[in-house]
Amino acid sequence: MIPLSWYLILSAALFSIGLFGVLARKNAIAILLGVELMMNAVNINLVSFWRYLDPTRMDGQVFAVIVFAVAAAEVAVGLALVISVYRRRKTVIADEIDLMKW
Amino acid sequence: MTAEQILFLVTAAVMLVAAVSVVTTRNLIHAALWLIVTLFGAAVLFAMLRAGFMAVIQVVVYIGAIAILFIFAVMLTRRELRDRGPQLNPGWWLAAILALLMFSGLVLVLGGWQGLWAAAPAYPSEFDSVQALGQALVSPEAFVLPFEVASVLLLAALIGAVYIAFQRKGKEE
Repeated sequence: MIPLSWYLILSAALFSIGLFGVLARKNAIAILLGVELMMNAVNINLVSFWRYLDPTRMDGQVFAVIVFAVAAAEVAVGLALVISVYRRRKTVIADEIDLMKW
Repeated sequence: MTAEQILFLVTAAVMLVAAVSVVTTRNLIHAALWLIVTLFGAAVLFAMLRAGFMAVIQVVVYIGAIAILFIFAVMLTRRELRDRGPQLNPGWWLAAILALLMFSGLVLVLGGWQGLWAAAPAYPSEFDSVQALGQALVSPEAFVLPFEVASVLLLAALIGAVYIAFQRKGKEE
C-alpha cells in the first residue's frame, strides 16, 4: 500500500522543478513548459487527495478537470502571444521583450 | 515492498528525470518531448489512484493537445533552435536556491500534518467514479456553475488566441 505522503512529496518535487524552469529559462516557450509542470503537480495532488480522503466525494476530481480546462486556455493564449511577439520582434527571449508598445 | 510500490517508485523516478530534462535541455523540441514523458507518468499515477477517467483525459487533452501545441509553437519560432547561447538566465542559481527552498518548505509543512502516512480508505466496490464525476459536473447542487464558467473561459481563450495569433493579409513582413 502506498502512503499518501509519496504522492505529495513527488508532486512537491515536480512543482519545485517547474518553478525552477519558470524562473531560470530564457525562452518564453520554455517558461510555459515550466508552468505546465507546476499545473501537473497540482493535479496529482488533487486526485490523490480525492482517493485518500473520501472517494465517494468527487470534489477533487472536479477541481482537477477544471484545472485541465484552465491549463488548456492558458497554453492557447500564452502560445498565441509568443507567436505574435515573435512575428513582430523576431525573438522569443523573455529578456528581449521589453517594450510595452512598438 | 509490494509490486504497487515498485511501480510507483519507477514511475516517480522516470517523471523526475524527465521533469529535470524539461527545464535544462537545450533543444526545445526535446524539452516538449520530455514534457510528454512527465505527463504520461502522471497518467500512470492517475490510473494507480483508480481515477481512470482522469488518466484518459490526461493522455487525450494534455499529451494529445497541449504538448502538440507546444511543439507547433517551437517550430513556428524556429530561429531560436539554432541559438547556441546559454539557455538559462545569469541568475539561474538564485532560481535553483528558490526552488530548493520551495521544496523544503513544502516538505516541512507536510511533515507537520497528521494524516500524512494515512493509507487509502477501501474503494467502495459498487462505486462508479466516472458516473459520479459526470453527475457532479452537471448537478445544480454540485458543480454546474464552475463547469459552465470553465467552458465560457475556454471559448473566450480560444477566440482570444485566434485573434492574437491571426496574421492579417498584406501585413506580412
